[in-house]
Amino acid sequence: MSDFTQRAPIALNDPTLRRNFRRAMDGLMSKRAAQFADPAAWAALRERGAMAKARAVARLPELLEQLEAKCTANGIHVHWAETTAQANAIVLGILQKAGAKKVIKGKSMVSEEMELNHFLEGHGIKAVESDLGEYIIQLAHEAPSHIVMPCIHKNKGEIAQLFADNIDGLGYTEDVDALTAAARRVLRDEFATADAGISGVNVAVAETGTLVLVENEGNGRLSTTLPPLHIALMGIEKLAETLDDVAPLLSLLPRSATGQPITTYVNMITSPRKPGEKDGPQAVHLVLLDSGRSRVYADEQLRDTLRCIRCGACMNHCPVYTRVGGHTYKFVYPGPIGKILTPQLEGLDCAGDQPHASTLCNACVEVCPVKIPLADLLVRLRTESVHSGHSQAVKGAGSRRSLHETLSWRGWQFMYAHPWAYGLATRLMARLGNLIPAKAPLMRQWTSVRTKPKFAGKTLHELARDKGFDHE
Amino acid sequence: MSETARANILGRLRAARRTSIPALPAWDAPAYAVDERIGRFCQLLETLHAEVHRVTEAGWPQQLRTVLAGRAASLMVAPETESGRRLAADWSQDAPRLVPYDRPVEEMKTTLVHGVDAGLTTAVAGIAETGTLVLWPDAAEPRLLSLLPPIHVALVRASTVVDNLPELMRDQGWSSRMPTNVVLVSGPSKTADIEQTLAYGVHGPKELVVLVIED
Repeated sequence: MSDFTQRAPIALNDPTLRRNFRRAMDGLMSKRAAQFADPAAWAALRERGAMAKARAVARLPELLEQLEAKCTANGIHVHWAETTAQANAIVLGILQKAGAKKVIKGKSMVSEEMELNHFLEGHGIKAVESDLGEYIIQLAHEAPSHIVMPCIHKNKGEIAQLFADNIDGLGYTEDVDALTAAARRVLRDEFATADAGISGVNVAVAETGTLVLVENEGNGRLSTTLPPLHIALMGIEKLAETLDDVAPLLSLLPRSATGQPITTYVNMITSPRKPGEKDGPQAVHLVLLDSGRSRVYADEQLRDTLRCIRCGACMNHCPVYTRVGGHTYKFVYPGPIGKILTPQLEGLDCAGDQPHASTLCNACVEVCPVKIPLADLLVRLRTESVHSGHSQAVKGAGSRRSLHETLSWRGWQFMYAHPWAYGLATRLMARLGNLIPAKAPLMRQWTSVRTKPKFAGKTLHELARDKGFDHE
Repeated sequence: MSETARANILGRLRAARRTSIPALPAWDAPAYAVDERIGRFCQLLETLHAEVHRVTEAGWPQQLRTVLAGRAASLMVAPETESGRRLAADWSQDAPRLVPYDRPVEEMKTTLVHGVDAGLTTAVAGIAETGTLVLWPDAAEPRLLSLLPPIHVALVRASTVVDNLPELMRDQGWSSRMPTNVVLVSGPSKTADIEQTLAYGVHGPKELVVLVIED
């Protein structure tokens, strides 16, 4: 099922899913609000963070080269991939050369874009997710429903059953400490025997060639420290110019995401293990993934999409996301950021429904820590989806153009430009409007979810004349 | 493949119309009065589920033994560090067994992953704004010492506690001397992935003990 409007009712009629999301999003919204209680401090910090990302986007090509040069000088191998297929091939090549049979993974949305786990399993390499949420959905063979909290759609009971079915020696328990301890036991052995660790990157610092990763569990640190080989995956936009930009971005990211002043761990990696050091990977690779981002970059307005630091605040505050959950969007990035990013990465011809799954209420715009004008971009993409030839910025532009809609608007335009046509049409509707069945073509889509309006017996002009107004 | 990809990606980015580069607005991270700083640092760490003890330079080894009594049978230390040397020279028989992290991880994996109860590291600084320890692992003090044992004990000198991260980065000139790895630690390992219920010790230490040395 490809269309959002077909999937949404299924989610809306699932009371468990509705409850799970409502509870989680309410909690996240109030925790975030408490973190930014001082409006002046929020405004100053947000402006600093937004401009840091705006500068990084404006200078993207030279910063990528600087990052590459710095990383290389620090001993990190840098790879470039135009497509997810290329990125998968690069990762596989590195792993095969090292003879790796098992990788342990920290959370990475880019790896979800690549469908890396599936790809590696197809080549005989086992990929184990180690973030607790990712581990849970890997057991359930599901995709993340949120970019920060991947298993937020599941409740305790569902997770308890999943663990009882999959972990040897563990009975059904809803005790969160017991569930967490069970995951620790299983995954600790996986860490100890993994041949490589794979992670994402939250911020890459061009000035120093440093990869910054934030997390609470310690699985990210383990994945990037214990195995002999570390492969980091990042989208080409995840850059900061200088180390100076890291502090404001670190102050915005966890507070916006989970309402925490700081994550338990901020892990800054600048090189592989140096001579004399006792641990850390012997080799570190960085894979830079484009996958449509450089096309987004071509358009000056759409380019703002690339500021995103993936905090998830937009989805936490979205009235649509909260009600339908992340899986309804079908693609890797759900919620408002997904609605603007997915059609640009995948094309409007296959994700053109996404920008329409919004009320344009502006809640996402108000909380975005890097000031992405999400509502403007949603409107722009809606326009692109019905105007072929408007610009070449987005793949599949005009793919949602329909003859019905075009003709309706042409008719509307004609009516409003010609007073005689307007008078004729309104008088006709006043006399005959109530005779048109609700299921008539053109009207059906509107009346499928609304009561058909009742037409008054006289037009506004006729009523005005009756009251004695002869000229408008 | 990577070379062609690089040329194509950079080519597309360069072909796009340039926009002006916005100026960076001024922003100051929060600062605190001198007499508030340490109090805030300790209090925030406790809020973040850490156990904080304020100790003296002379008395911290004794305090460490007291803290670990009944909780840990073994303590892993970095023998080439100042704190490691001091403990080796002055440690009692009834205290937890000292295990030196003195060989590459490949030779010590089993001990590290399953065999020790606690690990001791020294923080290079503390940050009052967020209740954060700054770890700067090196050849003498390995990275996994603060990560694999279920209890992480960190020493931090009160004089090294600063207001915020930007100040620390500037004062210590980080941008010209980033090491292999820097870690900011704010509390024990935790997760809220199951119904937003906090649980500690999911992968890293379940307990974080901070000894603040008054100097």
